[in-house]
Amino acid sequence: MITIKDVEHVALLARLELSDEEKQMYTKQLNAILEYAQMLNELNTDDIPPTAHVLPLKNVWREDEVGEHLPPEEVLANAPEREGQFFKVPRIV
Amino acid sequence: MELYYLTAHELHDLLVKKEISAEEICRAVFDRIDAVEDKIKAYVTLTRDRAFARAREIDRKIAAGEEVPPLAGIPVAIKDNMCTRGVRTTCSSKILYNFVPPYNATVVEKLEAAGTVMVGKTNMDEFAMGSSTENSGFFVTANPWDLERVPGGSSGGSAAAVAAGEAITALGSDTGGSIRQPAAFCGVVGLKPTYGAVSRYGLVAFASSLDQIGPFTRDVTDCALMLNAICGHDPLDSTSAPRDIPDFTSCLRDDVKGLKIGVPREYMGEGIDPAVKEIIGQAIELLASLGAEIEETTLPHSRYALPTYYLIAPAEASSNLARYDGVRYGYRAEDARDVVDMFMKTRSQGFGPEVKRRIMLGTYALSAGYYDAYYLKALKVRTLIKQDFDRAFEKFDVLLAPTAPSPAFKRGEKTGDPLQMYMSDICTLAVNLAGIPGISIPAGFVDGLPVGLQLIGRPFGEGTLLRVAYTFEQHTDYHRRRPSL
Repeated sequence: MITIKDVEHVALLARLELSDEEKQMYTKQLNAILEYAQMLNELNTDDIPPTAHVLPLKNVWREDEVGEHLPPEEVLANAPEREGQFFKVPRIV
Repeated sequence: MELYYLTAHELHDLLVKKEISAEEICRAVFDRIDAVEDKIKAYVTLTRDRAFARAREIDRKIAAGEEVPPLAGIPVAIKDNMCTRGVRTTCSSKILYNFVPPYNATVVEKLEAAGTVMVGKTNMDEFAMGSSTENSGFFVTANPWDLERVPGGSSGGSAAAVAAGEAITALGSDTGGSIRQPAAFCGVVGLKPTYGAVSRYGLVAFASSLDQIGPFTRDVTDCALMLNAICGHDPLDSTSAPRDIPDFTSCLRDDVKGLKIGVPREYMGEGIDPAVKEIIGQAIELLASLGAEIEETTLPHSRYALPTYYLIAPAEASSNLARYDGVRYGYRAEDARDVVDMFMKTRSQGFGPEVKRRIMLGTYALSAGYYDAYYLKALKVRTLIKQDFDRAFEKFDVLLAPTAPSPAFKRGEKTGDPLQMYMSDICTLAVNLAGIPGISIPAGFVDGLPVGLQLIGRPFGEGTLLRVAYTFEQHTDYHRRRPSL
């Protein structure tokens, strides 16, 4: 069972600020979904390898060469706040 | 028929015969948008001026005697999770409401090279999380066949645009059914390619091991033309398959003789609307009468696909969506005490309820102490689900099933219960988990609502899907029907 405390912990990990109403709702809904997911425990998967990815691709390398890159001005154009060539954020320490 | 209701290949024939111009096609589509968009609300952004400029450019090429590619001058709609240089790309989320990408997704580049005319960016469930387009952070899209009903999702805007004549073809993305299910609900053709067949570069990531871009079209021929335009290896996507692509139009043969088609019994059982089953039964009879060898088969782990999917996709999403922090682009909350407070406020105000729910679920499934029990377990069951398909394809060329358990449902009908909404993808999810291709084609109507037939193929077996779908289309007329708006 997931408690409101678990929901608060996960919300912090996910950097989400939830209202009391949201905490209640997600506690209820996550419990329902995870209870449904218990169905997977009907299956013995001890000797089954996991599939993270379906393609038989391993590391995909390229030559270590400088390619085309986006001009800094175009990249910074979407910044909510900037200073010179930097993204600006509220104080950290 | 009106120009806006023709197929791309019909329009191409008229273009090269100089009976119409690309500008006229463009005008027909935008006039249609002006007439019906208030009711449908398929688009988040329209790119009218660009579209007309582009259409005139194509006309100049034709006038100069240049040979133009088959999709030249064809108006296409792009789901709003594919980056378009200089054109807002929002994922129908408040957190990206003002994001203007500085580059194009590879598929957008490829469609430009193919000469298509982008009409605009279509509405979707926020970050592609949903099955009805009701989770859009902006507004709800209507189903052109019944305005009270949903167009499906998450690519509901693209499906509705093609069905309503507001675009000739469109692109969507499919993580658990988000192309095939809305195609079924809106009575158009929708194909999810094999994982790795189409580049994901510039597609805003939801669940990276499941996401694939694919086309919406009015018939199977247009589907082949769109695949020709968008498939292929891309060095910018490390999960792009290094393979040569065939000319998919060469697969358009009216012939299914000797093809082995399996019908997984798990897709025709409990939870499937009897009226849908009946239509699928008629499709089976038709294909059998045309020489296909059809047999019942089994995919024994089918019932585990939904819980598997709803652990893996949110886990990947929670990681992918960590990037929305208000630093580099998109929405940023005001009045934050410090940087962590800014992240938290930005994300809480920017994401809608379903996106938060999936981030919460995924974060939980990946968190210390639960990773093995949920995420790793789901990856192992994913192997079993994939092995079911591998075994079926040892015997069968194609599998056949409904695309969705019911026709389009009413707006608001499933919004209260997330699990009910997730159930509308039970026929499509496993295909993404296995990474294989699936197509939905119009197969009939129930009370005036379209029903989709799903064909599922081997990895990179799109050609066989097109062949069966094309054959079905030659002997039916469901794909020629248009909603009256």
